[in-house]
Amino acid sequence: MTVGLRGNLAFALQLRMEQLAALVTVSVAVALATVVFQTVTANRILTPSLIGLDSLYILIQTGFVFILGGVGVATFGPVAKFAAEALLLSALSLALFLPLMRARTDLTLLLLAGAVLGILFRSLASLLARLIDPNSFAIVQALRVADFNTVDAALVWPCLGLTAGAAVLIWRLRHVLDILALGPDAAVGLGVDWRRTSALLLVLVGLLTAVATALVGPLVLFGLIVTAIAGPLGGERHAWRLPIASAVAVLLLVAGQTVLARILGYTLPVGVVIEFGGGLVFIALLLRRRR
Amino acid sequence: MTMAMERLGAPSPRPRSGGAPVVVLCGCLVLLSAAGVLAGVGGVPDRGLLLTSRLPRVLAAILTGAGLAVAGLIMQSLARNRFVEPMMAGTGQAAGLGILLATIAAPGASIMLKGLAGALAAFAGTAAFLFLVRRLPPSEPFLVPLLGIVYGGVLAAVATAIAWNADLMQFLETWFSGEMSGILAGRYELLWANAALLAASVFIADRLTILSLGRDAAEGLGVSFAAMLAAGLGLVCVIAAVTVVTVGIIPFVGLVVPAMASRLIGDNVRTVMPVVALGGAVLVLASDTLGRFIRFPYEVPVGTVLGVVGAFVFLAIILTRRG
Amino acid sequence: MIEIEAVSCSIRGASILSDVSLSLGAGGVTALVGPNGAGKSTLLSMMARLRRPDRGTITVAGHDVAATRPRVLARHLAVMPQDAALPGRLTVAELVGFGRFPHHRGRPGPADRVAVEEAITAFGLVGFEGRFLETLSGGQRQLARAAMAFAQGTPVVLLDEPLNNLDIVHARQLMARLRLMADEAGRTVVVVLHDINHAGAWADRIVAMRGGRIVAAAPTDEVMDEAVLERVYGVPVRIASADGERIALHFR
Repeated sequence: MTVGLRGNLAFALQLRMEQLAALVTVSVAVALATVVFQTVTANRILTPSLIGLDSLYILIQTGFVFILGGVGVATFGPVAKFAAEALLLSALSLALFLPLMRARTDLTLLLLAGAVLGILFRSLASLLARLIDPNSFAIVQALRVADFNTVDAALVWPCLGLTAGAAVLIWRLRHVLDILALGPDAAVGLGVDWRRTSALLLVLVGLLTAVATALVGPLVLFGLIVTAIAGPLGGERHAWRLPIASAVAVLLLVAGQTVLARILGYTLPVGVVIEFGGGLVFIALLLRRRR
Repeated sequence: MTMAMERLGAPSPRPRSGGAPVVVLCGCLVLLSAAGVLAGVGGVPDRGLLLTSRLPRVLAAILTGAGLAVAGLIMQSLARNRFVEPMMAGTGQAAGLGILLATIAAPGASIMLKGLAGALAAFAGTAAFLFLVRRLPPSEPFLVPLLGIVYGGVLAAVATAIAWNADLMQFLETWFSGEMSGILAGRYELLWANAALLAASVFIADRLTILSLGRDAAEGLGVSFAAMLAAGLGLVCVIAAVTVVTVGIIPFVGLVVPAMASRLIGDNVRTVMPVVALGGAVLVLASDTLGRFIRFPYEVPVGTVLGVVGAFVFLAIILTRRG
Repeated sequence: MIEIEAVSCSIRGASILSDVSLSLGAGGVTALVGPNGAGKSTLLSMMARLRRPDRGTITVAGHDVAATRPRVLARHLAVMPQDAALPGRLTVAELVGFGRFPHHRGRPGPADRVAVEEAITAFGLVGFEGRFLETLSGGQRQLARAAMAFAQGTPVVLLDEPLNNLDIVHARQLMARLRLMADEAGRTVVVVLHDINHAGAWADRIVAMRGGRIVAAAPTDEVMDEAVLERVYGVPVRIASADGERIALHFR
């Protein structure tokens, strides 16, 4: 990450350190959230983003500004605001998605409902944004595309800590995750309290999604790319799946961001590239399901 | 027997005639038009304001809504799936991409030419989508709209990357999010093409119903599947391109209006088409009017209003489906 | 009425039909039978020009099916494809009415209305005309689809496994209607059947296939024979007689 350094070296280094920390945090958060979510729902196509979790986070962000006003939100300070938003996201994801998952809804219905929920949350967020500040094209735009060039420095270290904590917890549950992947009935048969464990894991998924979205914005299909690549490498055991997915995510994002920002000299938000690549992966997965 | 054409909601067991809904919808349309023409920034309009701004805007909403709803109905017959519509299956996004490329290649091109480029791109993009749809298992109807949403996202990402590089993001926004605040006399007339296309689609209404019986049944009745596919696709793509170039992408209209009309009246394209066209017009006009007054004197784009309203209704439709 | 000459076809290298020739006269009910993969549905869909043979020609009522315009052919030949997903909110009358499309091209006249009424009566659907398809049972829906093919008013009617998923009552009902179609309306009916005993009970002729070739094409009594059926199905089949009817005992 020293390609293209110029000017005040110390300042630039600090900036790079923060950016690197943000990249690693986001990568690991997305990878863990996606692997855990796929295991809890016992399938390989769903991701937290695909059922609208990151859009819900953005709706929460906009909702806070709408209710408290820009000034009111500013008095909170970035970390307290993030904590409130992340907790709310976890609570809402439990309230919204646990019933859907428990109802053992048809998977494709869940996928479609999630995609439509995502659109609903995003539309609501931009509706709120318009109501807050009718002329603000910038707010709406910034909410929609993930971008590493606008990372909030104050959030980087708290988010890193939160991700590390979640990672430790998930790591200790790695053997339970192996069982959960067999499906709710098999898990209960093997003595795992499926309801409690899946609720706990869903809270963690909500927190990790909040971390990634707060730092860079919605990374809708990134998790899907990661698990699609890491899946065949990691096998079925979570002792391997979790670290390999995290490593793949870090490599992809760091390499991608470096190539994009430094070598191509391109300021294109990484979210656009992810939407493209992730979309292709998703279509390929859908078409392969047939066999 | 698995039914790829899904049942919706708790509909009446027997068909009703389209008469009553048509009358009700016409009434709504008249009331909304009057509200849209008479109220707004500047109060009750004088003749100039009426002819240059208020009336064109109401007409644009009606033409857009009717066009999009019927395009959705046609697309559902072509894909044999109730849950697709052009603005959420890559058609609108491909049209936007085509318009963008035309703008880059010939910055001074007329709106007609850009629309044409959009229609051609939409045709290619939608044909590719229908090709992908045929490789999905017919027993899982929800996969089709899901594929459409993601496919549209991929096309939109390509368009965003190109626009970002060419510094045309503001333009892209006008095509990718439907908004009518810029509609003035002289800048919406292309939408009248929708009226002509609606008339044309009445002629193929019966053939569209036959197409929804399946390829073999259609061929057995002497209806050429390939020719109908091309004709239907052509109609959908021109409607989509005209709408995108003048108003921008408006989601869900082509989805929720035909779904409601099917519940109300049935699946015979010929009998349901007038209700679909009127319903689309009412929905878009109502949404645009709501967007104009919810934060008066500022405006919320009609695409945003329909993103919220449409997503709600669509979720209700798929989650309350019978069986 | 139907002439099939040296028809062959293969899909991705696997031969489905090899050098099949067959001549079917006008009138009566002909059953196409054979084990899975025998090529009976493929042969039927080629008669219906839904699929093209690699080699060979098929003529129906004097029309080469490969060379005749689809809409012309649709007045000579009607087909009921294997069960397709139908829009649930079409009425029975609307569905049967679409069978008349080749004649009126969108503007039904009095003759079309009469034909639709006849078809609805012939298939026992009186009282159901206004019902949506989604409110019918599977058996009633198959009857409606068959009525649609009948309403097309063609001399030749082809049906691909119309008894799929039907219970014994509806299966019997449908076969009886097909029988009447041939006897009273003088149609030439060709039907792919899964169960040899339906063919034995209702058909005038049986065309038995195996491995893409025709093993036997003869009047029903000649095919309902232990030696012939063993050649068709590759397992021993006994024939029993009850009330003058031949029944194949193939269950054990």
